[in-house]
Amino acid sequence: MYATRTRRARPEPFALRPGIAERLGLPYMDATLGLAALGLVAFSVFVLEEATQGDVPGSPGYFYDRQAIYAVVGLIGMYLLARIDYSRFRELRVGIYTFLCASVTLVFFFGFAARGSRRSFDLPFFSFQPSELGKLLLVLALAGFVIDGARRGSARQRTVRYLCLGFAPAALVFLQPDLGTSLVYGAITLAVMYVGGVPWTHFAVIGAAIVALVAIVLVVAPAVGTPILKEYQQQRLTSFTHPSEDPSDAGYQQNQAKIAEGAGQLTGRGDRATQTRLDFVPERHTDFIFAVIGERYGFMGAAFVLSLYALLIWRALRIVTLSKNSYGTLVAGGIAAMLLFQVFVNVGMNLGIMPITGIPLPLLSYGGSSVLATLLALGVLQSIHMQARLGQRGRFAW
Amino acid sequence: MYRRTDEHEPQMDNKLALRIAIFGGVALALFVVLFFRLWLLQIVNGDEYLAEAKNNRTHEFRVSAPRGEILDRDGKILVSNRTSLALQVNLAKLPEEPRERRAELARLAELTHTTLPKLRRTIREELKVAAGAPVTLRRDVGSYLVYYLQENQDRFPGVTVQRVFVRRYPHGTLAAHILGNVGEVNEEQLKEPAYRRLEPGDAIGQDGVEYTYDRFLRGTAGIERVQVDAFGQPTRNGQLASQQPVPGDDLKLSIDAGVQEAGEAAMASIGLRGGFITMDVHTGEIIALGSYPTYEPSVFTRPMTQAQVDELVRDPILAPLTDRAIAGLYPTGSTFKPITAIAALESGNVTPGEVIYDPGQLVVGSQVFTNAGEAANGSVSLVSALEVSSDVFFYTLGLRMWDSGDLQRWAHALGIGRPTGIDLPGAAEGLLPSQHWRNQLFREGETERPWSAGDNVQLATGQGDLQTNPLQMAIAYAALGNGGTVVTPHVGLQVDDAAGRVLKEFAPSPRRHVRMDAGYRETILEGLHDAAQGGGGTSVEVFGSFPIPVAGKTGTAQRPPYEDQSWYGVLAPYPDPRIVTFVTMEEGGFGVEAAAPAARRILEAYFANQLAHDAKAEEGEG
Repeated sequence: MYATRTRRARPEPFALRPGIAERLGLPYMDATLGLAALGLVAFSVFVLEEATQGDVPGSPGYFYDRQAIYAVVGLIGMYLLARIDYSRFRELRVGIYTFLCASVTLVFFFGFAARGSRRSFDLPFFSFQPSELGKLLLVLALAGFVIDGARRGSARQRTVRYLCLGFAPAALVFLQPDLGTSLVYGAITLAVMYVGGVPWTHFAVIGAAIVALVAIVLVVAPAVGTPILKEYQQQRLTSFTHPSEDPSDAGYQQNQAKIAEGAGQLTGRGDRATQTRLDFVPERHTDFIFAVIGERYGFMGAAFVLSLYALLIWRALRIVTLSKNSYGTLVAGGIAAMLLFQVFVNVGMNLGIMPITGIPLPLLSYGGSSVLATLLALGVLQSIHMQARLGQRGRFAW
Repeated sequence: MYRRTDEHEPQMDNKLALRIAIFGGVALALFVVLFFRLWLLQIVNGDEYLAEAKNNRTHEFRVSAPRGEILDRDGKILVSNRTSLALQVNLAKLPEEPRERRAELARLAELTHTTLPKLRRTIREELKVAAGAPVTLRRDVGSYLVYYLQENQDRFPGVTVQRVFVRRYPHGTLAAHILGNVGEVNEEQLKEPAYRRLEPGDAIGQDGVEYTYDRFLRGTAGIERVQVDAFGQPTRNGQLASQQPVPGDDLKLSIDAGVQEAGEAAMASIGLRGGFITMDVHTGEIIALGSYPTYEPSVFTRPMTQAQVDELVRDPILAPLTDRAIAGLYPTGSTFKPITAIAALESGNVTPGEVIYDPGQLVVGSQVFTNAGEAANGSVSLVSALEVSSDVFFYTLGLRMWDSGDLQRWAHALGIGRPTGIDLPGAAEGLLPSQHWRNQLFREGETERPWSAGDNVQLATGQGDLQTNPLQMAIAYAALGNGGTVVTPHVGLQVDDAAGRVLKEFAPSPRRHVRMDAGYRETILEGLHDAAQGGGGTSVEVFGSFPIPVAGKTGTAQRPPYEDQSWYGVLAPYPDPRIVTFVTMEEGGFGVEAAAPAARRILEAYFANQLAHDAKAEEGEG
């Protein structure tokens, strides 16, 4: 018992008569985290209802009906996951990793192609994109490998091993092709390694290698005639530096998103939000949903959303410090990095300061796989939180 | 469970704590960046972006106004409008990338059943006329093409189908030369003040009354502001504001469609190149005016093939676009004699009673001038000289006035060889040969000899260097007929608005009045009446049986290298004429053979109409 840790003191749960809340384990969960997540998915459904009415002919509620179902399913999944001890995932790391690699590979054979890339399986009710869930799976597996191999081999060998473990699924996803998600995999790998204690000097080398790689991919390879990226990917990555007038051009889309954001001003344009309503901004229900929020609800709406994300990430980082074991620390760190990276890259893209990479905005962008994966990741965070709280009490509720 | 030992470590690893703190710091920094950027976009620069967003979503369309209708004097429609679907391509909106641009143009060529080089040439030529305007590739496209384009708009950026007004000519070629045509305003014209409010692609009258009265007929284009989406497609209920187009006003002409039709039919039945005019001698209102060969004005309402253009423009002999009645340049032959007569009478070079012996020829110096057909008419006075068309009589008058300038003074006063003031573009000024003119040319070395008596002898009978046309001759005859008023010829009568209210009436004041002795005038008209309907008249075989008394003169002009040109000028009814009719036919030979029958058919149509009108008027009174 650590009664001395008064800064986290709250009424001793077991002093109360065990009620329904106690049985559900709610007092052991992070309420702030849960409410922030609930707020974001609810806002997502609300925005989709207002901004995409009638986008799909014959089915006015297509996007928000589905998003609402995904949100409910995801929230239930989040709760169930919170009640499981996440530490079991550490034992399952090899299985998880294998499943991850297999699922992102299978889409090459069984996935259906949309806009030139194979990313998802077409299931009866929705199309499942394994690379989204893969983000969480990568965190869980990689954290396990890091803990497990902590005392095997030299520091350099370990670093190379982690990099290889992260690189394999990232490369598979990149080949789908899905540049954005593969970048998220990269960010997760680096974050887990970072929290796992990989020496600073290694990061310096990795950083230098990344800079060199970007230079080769974007400048050298196209120049010598063996481009690594598809032409549209290259354009998207570089176009935010040179806006364009051509509606089919990536620079134009980004410029239009910027105009949409700016036009929202303080309070937003509501139904007069022509930029996002009249298709000037593409992909308004997915990648550019933040532009919709910015235009419709102005600075107040956009800042509210950003604040919820800040809250989410603050709570994630707090859970990093709370975790009862190192595995939990690494997992929480990976999830925090995953959220932070996606939010920054997506919002940055909407605001014209980051390239277009096709990364969805967690919980807000329409899409079952993304919403489910993010809520499940938050469920894992809750589990870490719950285990830490229960550990304080010295018994398991389950 | 594993690692139970560290699960409640009170002290987190210091290194880890540092890393987490840095992690948190980075997260904080990234959020600061996002918030700052958001604030910059929305709060600081929001106004600019809002303006840009508003500008983004609207598109201004010009809505062309229908031109006014053109009516004949009885309100019969000569030109109206119909709507047509025009396939247009806006070059500014074509893909910039040369390969895609080419591909789209190729698709477009296929769509319009032409080839890519031809399509490109069309575009180039249209751009020469009006740079920046949408290029009309085809008019009157079918609605299937409209649907096809709507469904495949993404494959045809910049290509639209516009509903445009085009001219409709219910009577085909009728009055083609008077009506003129409508075309896109060209770059030169856009610089003129009269067209300063127009834009490339707008239509204006390019010829005929469409040109002269364009400011009444044109109307004002409207503007429609609509909301468009990112692909430039108007949104549903997207109309923001519109300024309705104002239709042009209707123009009523002095033309009588029946008389006009008779004139054109007469010309066509004879099939010789030429022109005709029928004009009110008192007001200058033109009742009919035409030229043969003619053309279909509707060919100008759609893009033309090269063959069509060649047919209209390239043949210098047929030249169907030329209005020979006002732009012809011909010697007139004996139809000039009444002018010689009034000049000689008024200048005292002859009296109504003087008799001159006509042996069939007149010798002037080394030149011998003979009568047509070398006939000898014996002793003739002015009246009989006009009746039988004695050349020698008028040669003599020309000789008497050869260096006094009297003949030129009178011919000039009556409007020969000078602008007439007609409200149609393209009228020729003509040439009245004079001592001053030829001597000037001689001084400049343009001709081999100075003015001589022979020149004036020729002019006295309408031969030689004289160049005029039916319009000028009709004005001169009208002055003889009305007692000396030189009218301003015109076809525009009045402008009505769409509701039929008269906005403006055109009654241009006469150019001038020429004082002439009433007796002289009557003498000349008597001679002309005898020529048409007297016993030995030159055109009695045509007009002898005409129920209404007329005063008419044949003319046969030598116009080397062509065959003789046939003329006929007639004032009716005699002795108080209301109208003058002039007909000329190139290579028509004797006036009585070609021009006079045509003139008769015109007069028949006119008086048949008049009788009908009079009958109606009487009924009204009764």
